[in-house]
Amino acid sequence: MIEVAALSVRFGKTEAVKSVSFDVARGESFGIVGESGSGKSTVLRALSGLNPDWTGRMEIDGLPMTPKRSKDFFRRVQMVFQDPYGSLHPRQTVDRLLSEPLIVHGMDNIDQRIMRGLSEVALPSSVRFRYSHQLSGGQRQRVAIARALMAEPDVLLLDEPTSALDVSVQAEVLNLLDDLQRAHGLTYVLVSHNLAVVAHLCGRIGVMQGGEMVELLSADDLRAGRTQHPHTAALRELSIELEEPEAA
Amino acid sequence: MLVEIRNLRIQFPTATGLSEAVRNVSLTLGQEKLGIVGESGSGKSLTARSILRLLPSNAVLTADKLTFDDIDVLHANETALRRIRGARAGLILQDPKFSLNPVMTAGAQIAEAWRIHRGGGRKLAMQAAIDLLAQVQIRDPVHVAKAYPHELSGGMGQRVMIAMMLAPDPELLIADEPTSALDATVQAEILRLIEDLVSRRGMGLILISHDLPLVSHFCDRVAVMYAGRVVEELAASDLLHAQHPYTRGLLDCLPTLSHKKTRLTVMQRDPSWLT
Repeated sequence: MIEVAALSVRFGKTEAVKSVSFDVARGESFGIVGESGSGKSTVLRALSGLNPDWTGRMEIDGLPMTPKRSKDFFRRVQMVFQDPYGSLHPRQTVDRLLSEPLIVHGMDNIDQRIMRGLSEVALPSSVRFRYSHQLSGGQRQRVAIARALMAEPDVLLLDEPTSALDVSVQAEVLNLLDDLQRAHGLTYVLVSHNLAVVAHLCGRIGVMQGGEMVELLSADDLRAGRTQHPHTAALRELSIELEEPEAA
Repeated sequence: MLVEIRNLRIQFPTATGLSEAVRNVSLTLGQEKLGIVGESGSGKSLTARSILRLLPSNAVLTADKLTFDDIDVLHANETALRRIRGARAGLILQDPKFSLNPVMTAGAQIAEAWRIHRGGGRKLAMQAAIDLLAQVQIRDPVHVAKAYPHELSGGMGQRVMIAMMLAPDPELLIADEPTSALDATVQAEILRLIEDLVSRRGMGLILISHDLPLVSHFCDRVAVMYAGRVVEELAASDLLHAQHPYTRGLLDCLPTLSHKKTRLTVMQRDPSWLT
């Protein structure tokens, strides 16, 4: 579904992403982990078309990506951002937020689609005419996911979708993403610094450090500690150490 | 005894009457590390900030007792509070991007804090600032002292914040989600640094966070808050034997790396937790 080969992104003199390659099958979830500044979000932004300055090859569903993307691309590939406080228009109601992608892509049955979209992310229909500041963080992230799903995409690019949320809300959103993937056969690329979240949702994981993808491994290998690169091992060790409560 | 809170209540006026944000919280803190854990809106930040009486102006604050080293914070005037805030109790906030002054160098900000609380000349204060930057394990303190906040990474910015709070040599450090804007590696480094400084200087620490397992690694005692109440208070080492279903729920809903969960447990909130 997604093929990335020798992708490089430069910002001025710094090379933020250095020749990164990976591929994602249809209906699969691929995770990218790394520390701040490792280039993981930059990969996602290049994929989504938010950054036109890249070199290398990217294909989505067999179509080579160019710096300028078609309208159909922007329907089929949608992105969900970290901060639901910043990614929703503060002066638009949920109804307006959800109807915009439908109008842009000339889709019909707007009314029914919005109601269905809200129920799919388990939001009551009463939020339809509210503004985003009247909703909780978890509800806002659900609206952002509903909005991404409105145009019936094939691919969802998720940039730290739960790191601004409380742990109990994180569990709900992760379960929701799991259900939606099954129901729609979606392909996910998930970026996060939280190894446990990535390993929960994704079967295969790429580890980035300093702009390079230093290791590609399965979630099971990561859990079992079958790592090749020292950076992966260090990230795993820290994550395991901190996730268990201190024992007496 | 450093801090004593008995029956703390914080209310906010709303269109339909007073809304209770913190309800009958009692805590004591000596020279130890206390974690306050809870979700957004549980009242954990308000509780900690009430020790400095740093609350929104419309907040209604009542308590049977609210003292900092036997000073009655509840009835203290601004001058008395000024001698506590910053000087004897420092506050580290979540995001250094917003809490540092963007048009002052890191060194100048730390030196300012030093001079306000300890007096002394500019040169002396700048030298102290560089020394403090070295204490928070910044490798090139002279260089960082000359840098502006936007030139620093998140982890560096938070170290500068900590250095600034240490300048007046406080007895209590309140860290309000000090690492939630940072990635896992830097988060662990910063928390280890705070823990180390607190132990070495013999300070008290209140660490506010929503990450229960994480807090248990860096605190002696954990208070779990839900809807404005402390529902459970226990030693960090007893966390695995937590009794309250909310505490258990917070632990169970986390995805883990050590073993696979096909589906995450979702918290079932019981209305009886509110009473």
